[in-house]
Formats: sequence, structure tokens, C-alpha cells
Amino acid sequence: MRLINQIMFFNITTGPWEACTLMDRYGRRRIFVALVITLTLITTGCGPQSGPAAGPDPQAEPQPGVGDLPGGMLTVYSGRSESLVGPILQRLTQDTGIGTGVRWGSTSELAVTLLEEGKRSPADLFFAQDPGGLGAVAHLFTPLPQEILDRVDQRFRDPNGRWVGLSGRARVVVYNTNALTEADLPTSLEGFTDPAWRGRIGWAPTNASFQTMVTAMRSVWGEDVTRAWLEAMQANEPIGYDGNTPIVAAVGAGEVEVGLVNHYYLYRFLAEEGDSFPARNYFLPDAGPGSLVMVAGIGVLESSTNKEAAFALVEYLLSADAQTYFAEQTNEYPLAAGVEPAADLTPLAELNAIDLPLTELADLEGTVTLLRETGVLP
Amino acid sequence: MAEIGPLEAAGGLTAPRGLRLPRLSGQRLLVLWLPALLVTGAVVLPIFYLVIRASEAGTGTRALLLRPQTALILGNSIGLALAVTLASWLLGGGLALLTVRTDLPGRRLWAILSALPLAVPSYVGAYLLAAALGPRGLVQELLEPLVGVTRLPSIYGFPGAFLSLTLLSYPYVLLPVRAALHRMDPALEESARSLGHNGWGVLRRVTLPQLMPAMLAGGLLVALYSLRDFGAVSLLRFTTFTRAIYLQYQSAFDRSSAAALSLVLVALTVVLLALELRGRRGGDHYASTGAGGRPPALIRLGPWRWPALIVCALLVGVALVLPTVVLGYWLLRALEAGPDLTTLLLSTRNSLLASGLAAAVTVIAALPIVVLSARYPSNRSRWLDRLSHIGFALPGVVVALALVFFGLRGAPWLYQTLPMLILAYLILFLPQATGTLRPSLIQIPRQLEESGRSLGQRPLTVFRRVTLPLLRPGLLASAALVFLTTMKELQATLLLGPLGFRTLATEIWSAVSEAFFAEAAGPALVLILTCSLPMAYFVLRDQP
Repeated sequence: MRLINQIMFFNITTGPWEACTLMDRYGRRRIFVALVITLTLITTGCGPQSGPAAGPDPQAEPQPGVGDLPGGMLTVYSGRSESLVGPILQRLTQDTGIGTGVRWGSTSELAVTLLEEGKRSPADLFFAQDPGGLGAVAHLFTPLPQEILDRVDQRFRDPNGRWVGLSGRARVVVYNTNALTEADLPTSLEGFTDPAWRGRIGWAPTNASFQTMVTAMRSVWGEDVTRAWLEAMQANEPIGYDGNTPIVAAVGAGEVEVGLVNHYYLYRFLAEEGDSFPARNYFLPDAGPGSLVMVAGIGVLESSTNKEAAFALVEYLLSADAQTYFAEQTNEYPLAAGVEPAADLTPLAELNAIDLPLTELADLEGTVTLLRETGVLP
Repeated sequence: MAEIGPLEAAGGLTAPRGLRLPRLSGQRLLVLWLPALLVTGAVVLPIFYLVIRASEAGTGTRALLLRPQTALILGNSIGLALAVTLASWLLGGGLALLTVRTDLPGRRLWAILSALPLAVPSYVGAYLLAAALGPRGLVQELLEPLVGVTRLPSIYGFPGAFLSLTLLSYPYVLLPVRAALHRMDPALEESARSLGHNGWGVLRRVTLPQLMPAMLAGGLLVALYSLRDFGAVSLLRFTTFTRAIYLQYQSAFDRSSAAALSLVLVALTVVLLALELRGRRGGDHYASTGAGGRPPALIRLGPWRWPALIVCALLVGVALVLPTVVLGYWLLRALEAGPDLTTLLLSTRNSLLASGLAAAVTVIAALPIVVLSARYPSNRSRWLDRLSHIGFALPGVVVALALVFFGLRGAPWLYQTLPMLILAYLILFLPQATGTLRPSLIQIPRQLEESGRSLGQRPLTVFRRVTLPLLRPGLLASAALVFLTTMKELQATLLLGPLGFRTLATEIWSAVSEAFFAEAAGPALVLILTCSLPMAYFVLRDQP
């Protein structure tokens, strides 16, 4: 019905224009009317099933109505992009009969939207790119059943059981293979404070993963050492990028020689550009914040009216099938016990990752303040 | 137009000062004021939201606002807005003159092409610019074998932000100035010539003053666009106020500090609006009867046509051909993988639907405001017009959050539906409609309307039969402008659109943000193509 109203409205609103064209002497009217008709045809031509309210996924076969889905319909706010997690949500519907309507966006903007919506939120679940986004809205989440939480190592879930990690990414150094070999690279992040690296480093201070890494540094190294590291890095004039993707692109182009990023972005470039893309990941061998493993995770909103289905969705994403998808398709670390990461990744256990409880990574505010004080953030 | 033809001779050059239309009766006043106030009320909603959120701010926010860095960032924003506006005046005004008033070879083609960069979203344009002009970008790659340049000077920071914003926003000046040139009465310039002025004198003393309202309105849009842009400044790493606001949301999920910072941006906007109002004084009195009149004689460029052509080619090359070529290269790779036409069609359809509705609704909403401020000038109506610009300086995410706040509380049944999304577009883009319509309305002599009235017609009939037909180029230009910018709007679409409402812009963003460049090419090219069709139509229509 709404669609019909829209179309009617659209036609009515074009009325005055057509009235204008009556005055016309140059036969422009025909062109204009043709344009309007074409536009209307295009805008309505795809038929009622593709109206805005018609459902989340046009790629799938014609969507069954909500009533046809035995599992019901869930609203998901996803800070992870459709290209990465859209396919697994489609599989979910095929396998479990749970339908999803997804609002795609950036993790931070969706988190702020959830904060603004509060208890009135239409969302059932929030799928976030980083622990920061999940932490910001944790008070809006409902605790997850213990059997779901138990599938994932303690390190990768909320200590209060309100959200759970689904996949992991490791902090790595991406380097240009034309300029450097692994032997040229230091064994830990401290090594990049050497003046020899001046102007050769790319980083992304506004990026949530980078900030989480700094939070880890504050926790492991202490406030003063972290400040000293940041200041020494600043003295090396690193080039600040907007996110991980532009850093990997810049390293590939030779704009900078190394970049501090999450591991999985490189694989997108290798898939697009082929193996000749002159950049590779380097896992820092010394244990420390430089090889932190971070999670993308999910939580169920307290305000959800269909929590059972929402829990079932989380459970599905932690199933061996879905976890294998993350390992193979997005090149991330599967977090559920028993699923192995892609063969060319250093296994989680060998990553020398620091054993840091997630609660230690919660103080984003302190990190942002420190980054401001050291001039890393404006 | 036949019925007003005889009046053309009587249509004077300027309306004498002090001549006002008869006072509106209460009822007629209501017809204009009520919708105008409603629309303005919707547009200032975000301000209320910001005040509510900012009032919750604690000491941290005060410290954030008062640190010296804030002044620096404010200076960055102002400097960028000023520089981009000046450059856009030169580019937009110059191109409008070249393509409308000279015998530039291929001017119809240039007219279409030069307006098209407006169709390129800033997050795509800036990305491609950085990819091409970066220290080790495409241009360097081309130059290296020729002259051995291994590294271009960095374009990051001010130069890149300035360049990309100028290239993407000068059409805001170009379009209204073109519309104004088409409306202009050639008799004025001919009289000036006959009084012994040379070409430059005519340009300076007759043409430019008549173009002032359009230049100011367009310049204001450019300045506001530069203030609010996020895509280009973040990709090219120049910290403006808008970027600082986003960082508050991004890093700290801190709505109060972000609101406080946004209010500073609002204050800056108010200053800009007041400045434009001052500059506008004296420019409001030019009217002409150009509609249906003779086209003016074309200026012969002579040998100057070569530099003019080079400027056009360079501009179109950097702002349009370069992005299209890179996108085409990506598309080729996407075709290898097998294109996803269903999604592309659906997002195209959604984009057209949303943008078409937004254009129609916004232009209609703008009419009462424009008529009031242009035809019944008073301090009140002028400020109504000014207030309608507020939304344009606000980052999309702020407007979206304001509607989340009010929408869920006031109209939950509308929340995240198409009508609410259209309302967001209206708030964001209303100034584009008022800014383009107002100069067009001013150029229509009041005497024509008065004559209509004196012939016993009701004001609405006069408006319909006299004003609207003359206003049509302005109406269409403003609708086109709103259409184009809605096509590429991202933030409000993501947060307020119906669930699963994919548009071309969201598809592009989704692909680019995860480095699926090939997937971005299809929607981006369709976006540019779709926007070029109405553009081509206007140009062909205006330049027979």
C-alpha cells in the first residue's frame, strides 16, 4: 500500500511541471513528458515485490513473506559490510528459516544510533566491527545464554556475557615487498621508533582497531611508556590514513613502506590485484600489543521482541559452517573452538598474542585523551 | 507565453525601490506563511536536538571546546570554505559565461560535461583523486618513465582537500549562474554597448551585477558544502570541524561533545548567512523580461578560444574523465567476475525513487519561502530564508541522529520509512532549492505579476499563469540540483532509509569501504550516467 501511495504522490508532484509545459512553444513538452514517464517506469517497473519494504535481500530468490519464515524476521544493525557478511546471513535464512532485515552502516554510526534509539530501537541484534562499538552499547544488550558464550574463548567475549566475538583479526605490519624484506623489519612495535623509519610508516589514528591497540599498550606497557612510544613515533612523522584499506593501498603503491593494520585487508587486494601486488603481512614475532587479536562480535538488544530467534542467529554464526565461512571467505580467525583458520595464517595459538582480558580494552576515552595530548589525534 | 508577450515591452529594468505588492490579506498570508513556517520548523529540528544533547555535556566537553586546537580546526574549516568558494566563483562563473555567452567550440558538450562533477560523490572523487595524484599515484606512474619523477609532492592536507572540494562543488555556482544568464535581458547589455562601453566594461558594470544574486547564492552553497563535507577531508586528511565532529562519534561515541562542536558549526553558518545577506543588498533589484526573448549575441572568442578550450578540457579531464576512466578500469574487472545486475537495477530504482521524490518535495517546500523572501521582503521573511539554510551546513550524520531522536519519540510509525528519509533530504538540501529559485524569481519583473492582478486575476492564478512559467528554468535547475545531491547522499540514507533500502550511493560505499573496488564501479558509473541525463536535457533545452 505504501508503495502505491508513493507512486501516486510522485505523479501528483510532477503535476505543476507538466502544467508549465503547456505554455511551451518548442515541443519540449514531449521530451519532458517522456522523461517523466521513463523515470516513473523505471522507478515502478521492478514491481511491487521490490518495494522499499519488500525485504532485505534482493539477491536471493523472491523473498518469502515474513509469515512464511518459520524462524521469524530479525532486524540486524550491521557495522560489518555486506560484501563480507551478507552471504552468511543468506545462508542462515536457507538453513534455519530465520529471515534478516539488515541496516548496513559503519560500526560507530550505528552504535550512536542505537544509543539515540535506546529502548525504542527496532533492532534485534548489533553486529559490530570492533569491541569498542559493542562496549559502547553493552548496557542495551541482554545477557547471552551460557552455552553460546562457552563456544568462544574467554578472551574473545564480554566478561559480563552481553556480547560474543564471532571472528578475530590480528594486528600486523604490512610492508612493501619491493622496498623491504622481513629481515629489515623490527621484531616489535618499539623498533619503529628508530629514526631510520622517519616518513616511511603509515598508520590510522582515527581507526577503532588502532585505538584498541593503543589501549592494549597502556594496559601492558603502562601510561608513560605508551606516551613515550607515541611521541617517538610522532617524531618519525608517520603518515596518518583514514583507515586500514587506504594504508594497504598506499603500501602497495610505495607511498609508505610499512603500515600498522589488521591482517585481513591485504587479502582483498591480493584477490583484486593478483599475487603481484607488492605488499605482504608481517606478524611481529615478539609478544606485545603489536600482535593483539581483536574481535568483531555480536550482541542481542534487550528491547528485542524475538530474543529466541536472535539467540539462534548468534548460535548459527558460531556453528562450524559459519565459522569456516569466516576463515575461508573473509580471511579472519574463526573464534569458535575446533575451527581452523586459513592455511596461510599464523595460527592463533602461535601468534604470541598477549593474554589481555577484554575489560582492559574498555577505556577508549583514556586512549583518545592520550592520543590528543600527544598530537596523534587532532 | 503568448498572453504576456505584449507586456514585455513594458517590463522595466528595475522595480523602483519602495514599490511593494499590495499587502496580503490575512488569509493569503496564511497560504504562504503557514507552509513556510512548517518547512522551516522541520529544518531547524536538528538545532533543537543539538541543544538538547549539548546541554548534557560535562566538563570534558568544555575542555575539548576550549583547547587551542579547536581554534586551529575552526581556522582550517573557514580557510577551506573561503578558498573553495573563491575558486568555485572563478571556475563556475567563468564556465557559465563561456558555455552560454561565447562561441566556444562545442559549448553545448562542455555545458553538459562541466556540470557533471556534481554527480561524483565526494568519497569517490577524493579517493580517485588521491589514487591519481598521490605521491605514488597514477600520474607519477605515467611521469616516471618520461621524466624520472619517483615521487610527487604530497597532496594530502589542504591542497588535496581544496582541489577535490573545488572540483566537486563548483557546479553549485555554475548552475544558478547559467540559469541567470539565460534569464538575462540582452537589451541591457546592448544599451550599455551603445553608450560606449567595451566588452569588459559591460561585463563588469552590467552583466556581473545582474549575476550577483546567483553568484552569492551559489557561493553560499559551496561554502556550506565545504564546511559539512566529510568524505573528501577525511580521505585527504585535512582536519576540519566536520571531521572533528565525526571523530567524536567514531572514537568516543560521545554525542554531547559532538553536539557541542556541531553548534559551533551552526554559529559559523549563521555568520556566513548574515554575510551573504549583506552582500546581497543592492543585488535584488535587477529584473528582466528575458523569458522567450531574443538570445543575446555571442561573444566572439577569437584566438582566446584555445586557452578557453584547454581550461575546459583540463577541468573536465580531472573532475570527470579521470574518475570515469578509473571506474571503467574497475568495471572491466567486475565484468570478468560476472556482474550482479539484479542488485544494480534495484539500487538504481531506489536511488531514482528517493531522489525524484526528494527533488519534487524539496522544490515545492522551497516555493513559499522563496516567494515570501523575494516578493514580500521583510526582516522576518529574510530570516526565514536564511534559516532554511541551516541544515546544509550540518554533517549528514547529525541530521540523521536528530531525526532518530525526534522520529522515534514523535512519529514512531514513520521511523525508518521512505517519508522520513525524504524529510531528512529536505532538511539537508532545502537551501539548494531556495538558493537556486530565489535568483530566478528575482529576475522576473514584479510588474508582470502586478499587471496580471490588475487584469482581475487572483494572486494564485497569476502565480500559476505568469510566475510559474517564467520560473520554470529555475524550478527545474533547483530540482536537478536536489536530485543530484540526493543521489549521492550516504549518511542519512544508511541510518534512516527503510530496512534493506539499497541505493547506488550505499552500494558504492559498501564496496569501497572494504576495498571491493570492482564492485563499486557498476553503481558509480550508473550514478554518474543517471545524473548526466537530466543535465544533458537542461543544457539541450536551454541552448537551442
